[in-house]
Amino acid sequence: MSNAAKTDEQEATQVSTKSAETTTKPGTRQADPAPASAGHSVSVNDLHAYYGSTEAVKGIGIEFAANQVTAIIGPSGCGKSTMLRCINRMHEEIQGARATGQVTLDGLDLYAPEVDLTAVRRLVGMVFQKPTPFPTMSIAQNVAAGLKFTGAKNVDVKQRVEQSLQAVGLWDEVKDRLNSPGIGLSGGQQQRLCIARTIAVEPEVILLDEPCSALDPAATLKIEELIAELKAQFTIIIVTHNMQQASRASDTTVFMLDGLVVEHAPTKQLFTNPKDNRTERYVTGQFG
Amino acid sequence: MVGGGRSVLERSPLHRLPDRLLKWGLTGLAAAILALIAYFFIRLIGQSSGTFGLSFIFGNHWAPQINAYRAAAMLVGTLITSTTAMLIGVPIAVATALYLTELCPRRARTPLSLLVDLLAAVPSVVYGLWGVFFLAPKLLPAERWFANTFSFIPWFGGGAGTIAPTNYFIAGLILAIMILPIVSAVSREVLATVPNEHREASLALGATRWEMIRTAVLPEARPGIVGAAMLGLGRALGETIAVVLVIGDAPDIGKHWFDQGYTYASVIANEFGEATGLHRSALFACGLALFVLTLLVNIVARIFVNRSARGKSYGTGDQGAVAAGAVAQMT
Amino acid sequence: MSTIEPKTATRLQLPRISARRRTTDRVMRALLAAATMIALVPLVLVIYYLLKEGLGSMTSAGFFTQDPTGSFFGQIGGIRSALLGSLEIVAIAAAIAIPIGIGLAVFLVEYGGKGSKPMRVFANTVRYFVDVMTGVPSIIFGLFIYITLVISHIGGNFAGWKGSVALSLLMLPIVARSTELVLQTVPDTLREAALALGAPRWRVTSRVVLPAALPGIVTGSLLATARALGETAPLLFTVAVANALTFNPSQQMNSMPVQIYNDILSPRSIVNSQAWGLGLTLVLIVLILNLVARGISRKSRSAGS
Repeated sequence: MSNAAKTDEQEATQVSTKSAETTTKPGTRQADPAPASAGHSVSVNDLHAYYGSTEAVKGIGIEFAANQVTAIIGPSGCGKSTMLRCINRMHEEIQGARATGQVTLDGLDLYAPEVDLTAVRRLVGMVFQKPTPFPTMSIAQNVAAGLKFTGAKNVDVKQRVEQSLQAVGLWDEVKDRLNSPGIGLSGGQQQRLCIARTIAVEPEVILLDEPCSALDPAATLKIEELIAELKAQFTIIIVTHNMQQASRASDTTVFMLDGLVVEHAPTKQLFTNPKDNRTERYVTGQFG
Repeated sequence: MVGGGRSVLERSPLHRLPDRLLKWGLTGLAAAILALIAYFFIRLIGQSSGTFGLSFIFGNHWAPQINAYRAAAMLVGTLITSTTAMLIGVPIAVATALYLTELCPRRARTPLSLLVDLLAAVPSVVYGLWGVFFLAPKLLPAERWFANTFSFIPWFGGGAGTIAPTNYFIAGLILAIMILPIVSAVSREVLATVPNEHREASLALGATRWEMIRTAVLPEARPGIVGAAMLGLGRALGETIAVVLVIGDAPDIGKHWFDQGYTYASVIANEFGEATGLHRSALFACGLALFVLTLLVNIVARIFVNRSARGKSYGTGDQGAVAAGAVAQMT
Repeated sequence: MSTIEPKTATRLQLPRISARRRTTDRVMRALLAAATMIALVPLVLVIYYLLKEGLGSMTSAGFFTQDPTGSFFGQIGGIRSALLGSLEIVAIAAAIAIPIGIGLAVFLVEYGGKGSKPMRVFANTVRYFVDVMTGVPSIIFGLFIYITLVISHIGGNFAGWKGSVALSLLMLPIVARSTELVLQTVPDTLREAALALGAPRWRVTSRVVLPAALPGIVTGSLLATARALGETAPLLFTVAVANALTFNPSQQMNSMPVQIYNDILSPRSIVNSQAWGLGLTLVLIVLILNLVARGISRKSRSAGS
């Protein structure tokens, strides 16, 4: 174990000498999934989430498999976004909101009393509904924003920025204007920029809260492709109100209703042969 | 409303009259306000001609007894007291705005904001009263200590032998207290226009609360906060009564921070009573200089505030409304 | 697109947050909270000293029932003429400024925003200058009235009503801008509904829009009034000094801020004490007005406007 006291950030999951070379194959996509590697699974146990006295999540237990894309669907108000935000402990940032229960990442208890919130969020990244590049920062600065917080002494920032932009497929589009403002990009590009920003800090899990709802179909498709690639390295959980997207882009799907999990099954099965009657009514558009 | 052979849809032309009257009446009113401002400018210039000029602004010799009117001392005093007020008041005001917007628990936010805003409710003459009888004497020992300890810094220290209880510093300090509420209120409005999504994005990346403020909130709010500071400056430049009571009213440029001085506003308030002829004209010239100064500062301030106050609209998208709302309630 | 190298299996640990970051966070948050407390210290001190030095004077016999004598020895009297003078001067100022301010606001919102381009440019110019007026020092308003009304000897030299005019100039932008803001928050759907019923524009304004905006208008007016009560400089040039009680606005009248100002300058310490008492009175009035105004505004906001 290297001398942890000296470095600003000790990332136990990353060997500090890892050079992280990327093989650039312009124009080609990685079609097959990466060989099974040790990703990290998220486990939610008996989670209750409250806004003041209102209970939005009423006791949920889910296992999110490692290196898979799990979609969460359900009508608005069912608590899916709330549940998602409990995983990276953003829920409690809202005044008066709290959560009880357990969320573990590969056995690591994220709600343990001595746990620092910022550490949790380094491990569990989040992409929001509305693309939010920081308006006063350039593209490169945006991607590096998370690294700035950690002091990034062991990291070559430039290289990490390039890697992340390559990973989201933005590199070729922006490599000549890394210093131009982040908000100068199109909506889809901005969202990919936000994804690049998130993966630049090398989390284990990526949460996406309706990431495509503000984007046009072409951009949406691009992001879905990106998600399919990213699962090789990350565990991905995506909340979406778009059922077609869930069926296209995910391996497993969870259907939530009124703060509880109704069904949790491999995507194909949930959409073609749902076990629960409510699931069937929802996916056939009878309500919600 | 139907009479004679008129159809139901026809209205008597008289019906339009009140509307027309109202519209043109109000337009005339608005035009009158503009005319009033222009008229004032012209009259003021007229009254101060004879003494106004470059030597008036930059020359330093104010002796009404011999009809000498060069007001550099007033210019310097105005600038020194206002700068002092900014140096002390703006950081504290912005800090309170940040605290109240980003860190304060929700339940405490309203009462604390109210208390900060109430600083603006205290009339300036009461601040002067408090300054003369309480603050100035109480701080005298501290000022002596400061001047002694830092005597190696020119102008800030070293004047320990000649400290007057009423001086630039005290005036600047009272001004700082007086501009604090307006700078804080406008800053708060500006901070509120930073979209919450940026705060969340920053926290989700693993930022601590302070890092979030430093990287996601402050850079966006900076132009607006600069504008808020300038609004405070405008207020400090023109403040009369509190300053005239605590600055010592000496028509010369003070030798150090704790020395007596004068400001444009103070000299007018002090000497107007018995002034006639050229003396009075010189005082008007001071008023003109002050007017122009505060106008410029206010105009530039609003440019900055408007630049940052995007997003929060009151239905018409008027960016100035954000600041004006705060300002109207504060000034 | 490039490939991402899959990670090798390692045991998961929470990244350690550097002590430096943690300390910085704690220190900065404490500093910001401390600054807020520091900001409140002057308020506490002012009120404390007002009470300490002024309560005795304010509760002394004859404080409210006698006029100041202004003499250098003997009885100092009370503050009656100052209190009543202020109330009258500000009442007249309010009677001038509030209707005109509301009229300006109505113009800006109901007529200035729509209509032809020149009209809109004009309205924006007016709005801009009214805005700038809020930053003009009060002494300038005093000078203005002095130039236009006093020097020219219209209606005598110094007079209470001239002070009222000066104060109304000060109140005008405050009332106009805050009323404008409130009028803008009245939803357009309300106006459209009234117009659709066939009401002429002026009726829509007077019967529908203004009543809906009433709490906000009252708030703005109260705040402007509170501000005017505390202003000294405009009165120095227009009303001068008077000790005797008079209700005639064409005469010189006493007022609270001017009385306090003169009392501070007096060499008699007992007169200085009276300054504290009068200051306390003035601050109490102003604070009550402020709190009432904010109470109205908050109640109307929570009632859902």
